[in-house]
Amino acid sequence: MADTNLYAVTALFRTPDQIIAAAKGVKEAGYTRYDVHTPYPVHGMDKAMGLPETKLGFVTLAAGIMGAVGMISFASWVAAVDYPQVIGGKPYWSWPAFVPVTYEIAVLLAVLLTVGAMIAFFFKFPNISHPLHDTPYMKAVSSDAYGVAVRADDPKFDEKEVRDLLKRLGGEVSPVEFSEEFRTFRPRLFEPRFLLLLAGVALVSAGGGYVTWNKLMFMPPFDWMMMQPKAKPQTVSTFYADGFGMRLPVSGTVARGFTLYPYTITDRADSVGALMVNPLVPTATVLSRGKQKYLTYCSPCHGNAGRGDSRMNGQFPNPPTLHSDKVRQWPDGALFHVMTVGQNVMPSYQYQISREDRWAVVHYVRTLQRALNAQESDLQ
Amino acid sequence: MSVTTIDYSKEAPVVEGQPSLRGLDDLIAKPIDEFPHRNWFIGLAITGTMLMIGAVSLGWLLWKGVGVWGINQPVAWGFDVVNFVFWVGIGHAGTLISAILFLLRQRWRTGIARFAEAMTLFAVLCAVQFVLFHTGRPWIAAIWLLPYPNQHGVWVNFTSPLMWDVFAVSTYFTVSAVFWYIGLIPDLATLRDRAKDGIKKTVYAVLSLGWRFSNRHWQHYERAYLILAGFATPLVLSVHTIVSFDFAVSVLPGWHTTIFPPYFVAGAIFSGFAMVQNVLIVTRTAFKFEHLITLDTIEKMNKIILVTGTMVGYAYSMEFFIAWYSGNLTEKFVFINRAFGPYWWAYWIMFTCNVFTPQLFWFKRMRTSLLVSFILAIFVNIGMWFERFVIVVTSLHRDFLPSSWGMFVPTVWDFGLLIGSFGLFFTLVLLFIKFLPAIAMSEIKAVVPGSQPAHHGNGAHHG
Repeated sequence: MADTNLYAVTALFRTPDQIIAAAKGVKEAGYTRYDVHTPYPVHGMDKAMGLPETKLGFVTLAAGIMGAVGMISFASWVAAVDYPQVIGGKPYWSWPAFVPVTYEIAVLLAVLLTVGAMIAFFFKFPNISHPLHDTPYMKAVSSDAYGVAVRADDPKFDEKEVRDLLKRLGGEVSPVEFSEEFRTFRPRLFEPRFLLLLAGVALVSAGGGYVTWNKLMFMPPFDWMMMQPKAKPQTVSTFYADGFGMRLPVSGTVARGFTLYPYTITDRADSVGALMVNPLVPTATVLSRGKQKYLTYCSPCHGNAGRGDSRMNGQFPNPPTLHSDKVRQWPDGALFHVMTVGQNVMPSYQYQISREDRWAVVHYVRTLQRALNAQESDLQ
Repeated sequence: MSVTTIDYSKEAPVVEGQPSLRGLDDLIAKPIDEFPHRNWFIGLAITGTMLMIGAVSLGWLLWKGVGVWGINQPVAWGFDVVNFVFWVGIGHAGTLISAILFLLRQRWRTGIARFAEAMTLFAVLCAVQFVLFHTGRPWIAAIWLLPYPNQHGVWVNFTSPLMWDVFAVSTYFTVSAVFWYIGLIPDLATLRDRAKDGIKKTVYAVLSLGWRFSNRHWQHYERAYLILAGFATPLVLSVHTIVSFDFAVSVLPGWHTTIFPPYFVAGAIFSGFAMVQNVLIVTRTAFKFEHLITLDTIEKMNKIILVTGTMVGYAYSMEFFIAWYSGNLTEKFVFINRAFGPYWWAYWIMFTCNVFTPQLFWFKRMRTSLLVSFILAIFVNIGMWFERFVIVVTSLHRDFLPSSWGMFVPTVWDFGLLIGSFGLFFTLVLLFIKFLPAIAMSEIKAVVPGSQPAHHGNGAHHG
């Protein structure tokens, strides 16, 4: 290698037959670091150059299997483990429904990785600063000529011999040298200006993302989901004359399953109470429901056990005990009546406790009464 | 016996005449090298106007919401879904030509594959905008379209055909784009070496990634092309199959039929070829590509249009037969209503344009006439748009309860977006023709007479 500046000796040929012969000739002469450049793939060239079969297919196979296995596992995990939903009454793990997405991802991954591997590993691309670029040789083979280039770093390389061989094969021989620019080029990745640019890009994209997702999405018109032109409860409305956003039901409206309570506070508890029968059976569920409602609504005044001894004692007219003879001898309906319409200073609880729950409370009060005045017969 | 025999084993030449390789470069790169012709600017003005109409409609849509469209109950899918299916269908021709015909060694595809592929990409872009905007709030569509880990702990539903659709269309677009780009790399390198001015040279150099026409690269490149074609082939069939699942997996009479997948795929190829035919005839005439895109190619395209059109006609008839044969009253009503109900005109436009007029292609004189091919291809496009209109709207407008019956009346914004999508498509086509080679140079060179070594004859290009 006399001239270190030399990259390769090239030769241009005019017909496909010539280039096949030239490739064979160069190979048989024992050169290994040579390449053939043709404007389109010439048939039989791989054989003439003695190239081994490409390994690209293995990349495709691996990527395809990876995509298929990965996607079906992911879809199964999502649908059956992490976020199970009943769709159309089907089992969570309805794997036939995952076939389309699995197929698509297998194809996508196989194609992207095949092409990515080809460009990055098989071609070592992108690379736009190759000694052959921008030479008359490259401009010829990119259009209508067929070329051979024998590199100067080939172990058998000798400029004169190569020139003679290529001339004998019928080519127009010309050397290609490394250009001045090529030799002096140094990557400038760590130049402060470039680093500054990277930092700037990072800052702008991060800031842009933040503003878009955390600010812009909450400004009109993108906040439609939150700012809907509708009246909400407890808001002012300029549309209705009374200024309220919420509306009262039409007068006389009755909820479904509701029957109006026919008695008022002026009716005597024991007399109207005798007209009603507790519709509930005192099961454990009913009693626990009654206990819950009693502790919530009744116990603040009547006390936890109904003795009328809550901490309201002395601050408020004392509520009577529920264990008096009078109350114990009342019919169930009388207790219900008092809860529904109230008595003396006790207000009505019909809006706080539903009808059914009031009957449950009646059962619970009866249980309390029984517990505090246990008879001997109860011991059995 | 005086019987004239035709040797069917002989293929018609892909490239007529004996052009030189450099001459081919000059011809194909002419629109790129030269300042565009006045007609190109006129075309761009027209398509640009259409695009602006679309942009205004889109702006109004984004500001007001999908209420500006004519959709309502019971017809909640209107032009948005019609246009989506229409454009996705158009997009099927490109990959079919570049992948399936490649595997079948149909060498006549060489001249038209490149811009058919480009049209695929543009058509899928047009389609995607409709599905995206019909979600109502496209700026947060990623949240419900893509399975990504999020703080709500919510995942998408992989058993939904709409989800399959997201995967199918985005995979199709990506793979088509990669396929197209891989094919472009050698041509971009040729353009790089032809370019005189610096900016052009830099752009093509970067885009060509540094391609050197090395045979050590061609070897992998050809294998990759074969692999991609192999993958793209079932992909073409899968995309419209999955689009048809959007309808067929529902339980609505008129949509719930097993014939939908093959019927949709045939229709997609049908409409795609018609659109390619339209652009092909104009490009071929405008840029004098007559000997590269031969009359034989156009005739073969017309044959495919005839075949797929007849398949679509068979599907139309079979739907009626099954509606009667099933004995299902609702099904029967839907189909009688489709042909003779309030939207009878749409049905018969569809039937005429898709089934009757393509039958003219049985005659060789019609198949080889540019004017007839062009007009019939336009008819096919009209017919296929109406096919989707018929499927979507007529199946919805008569709900199960007569009290829920209604009609679909498109608004001016529906039409604005439809016009806009055509504007987008043709603007992209015009820009493509100006900036990228409309015919694959490296592929066409490989099939020119005398381009392969003598002992190989002129065998099929690639693989």
